[in-house]
Amino acid sequence: MSTINTPKQQDEMLDDTSAYINHSEKSESTLSLLKYTIVGIIFGIVFVKAEIISWFRIQEMFRLESFHMYGIIGTAVTVGIISVAIIKKFSIKTISGENIVIVKKKFSKGQIFGGLLFGLGWAMTGACPGPLFAQIGAGIGSIIVVIGSALAGTWTYGLLKEKLPH
Amino acid sequence: MQQFLDKLSAPWPWYIAGIIIGLIVPALLIIGNKTFGISSNLRHICAACFPANIPFFKYNWKKEFWNLFFVVGIIIGAFIATQYLSNPNDLVIDANLKSTLNELNVTDLKHLLPNDLFSFNALTTPRGFILMVIGGFLVGFGTRYANGCTSGHAIMGLANLQWPSLVATICFMLGGFIMTNFILPFILQLK
Repeated sequence: MSTINTPKQQDEMLDDTSAYINHSEKSESTLSLLKYTIVGIIFGIVFVKAEIISWFRIQEMFRLESFHMYGIIGTAVTVGIISVAIIKKFSIKTISGENIVIVKKKFSKGQIFGGLLFGLGWAMTGACPGPLFAQIGAGIGSIIVVIGSALAGTWTYGLLKEKLPH
Repeated sequence: MQQFLDKLSAPWPWYIAGIIIGLIVPALLIIGNKTFGISSNLRHICAACFPANIPFFKYNWKKEFWNLFFVVGIIIGAFIATQYLSNPNDLVIDANLKSTLNELNVTDLKHLLPNDLFSFNALTTPRGFILMVIGGFLVGFGTRYANGCTSGHAIMGLANLQWPSLVATICFMLGGFIMTNFILPFILQLK
């Protein structure tokens, strides 16, 4: 954890957009970037094997018919909380020796309006962005249309951003 | 060995999946100071391919290139799981959901996604078009408006005890409940 002490410094760390999530100062070679691909492969296997990419599992979740998805998200959050606490407590550094930076999330009304809109879409497609990519890997080619629409949605948000309440 | 492979091929329990997904958070932090978040990739792709002079897409997306490597991994992992560790049995679905879907003329209950709703053929039906095209649009628009999705807010944000992420997660769930229980039944009738 980097040493951010004063409130002013903390404010500067508040990120306007969580899209910028590379907090490393170092640039990496293509070969070095492959380590993220390896983590992604593990994630992709879990997505398919735990049936997280299934439209039916998402419907069961929102109809309160199955504990499966709640169990997955609940366990993941718990493991995440413990991991982040350990990293902070012991000031664990990255493998290249950098201080680990975790930027705070800034509140905006977007989390309410955007959150609701995403929730509607999540229940329709049965997939959040990660599973959409996994569905392609699982051989469901038509999902490229859903990803294309999601890109159009993101692009439209970029176009209208200044006109939307935040 | 065969027994082990059989076990891997059966659907994985929630606690195994939850632990592995939770460990992705420290893994990304430790191997490269990266924060877990997938929907950002949709923005990076827009910034790289269709920036159209929109300020929101003018930033150094190359610095976030690692995340696209991560997504390529997800695609490869899903391919491996489907090709080599595929579950030989049909999907198990809750009986209530099954009967509701039967009434709504959703008949393919064997695959991860119902063919009747998600396929190139389904795109030509009103309900398939709405779910794939409008649903996809809402996912892309909503995640960026909310500044994150299930990974960035529900998992990474909550792992770091961020209350804005809790607000976002509650709204994701609320939107999903409303869609599945009150709107989807009408969409599925549009055949």
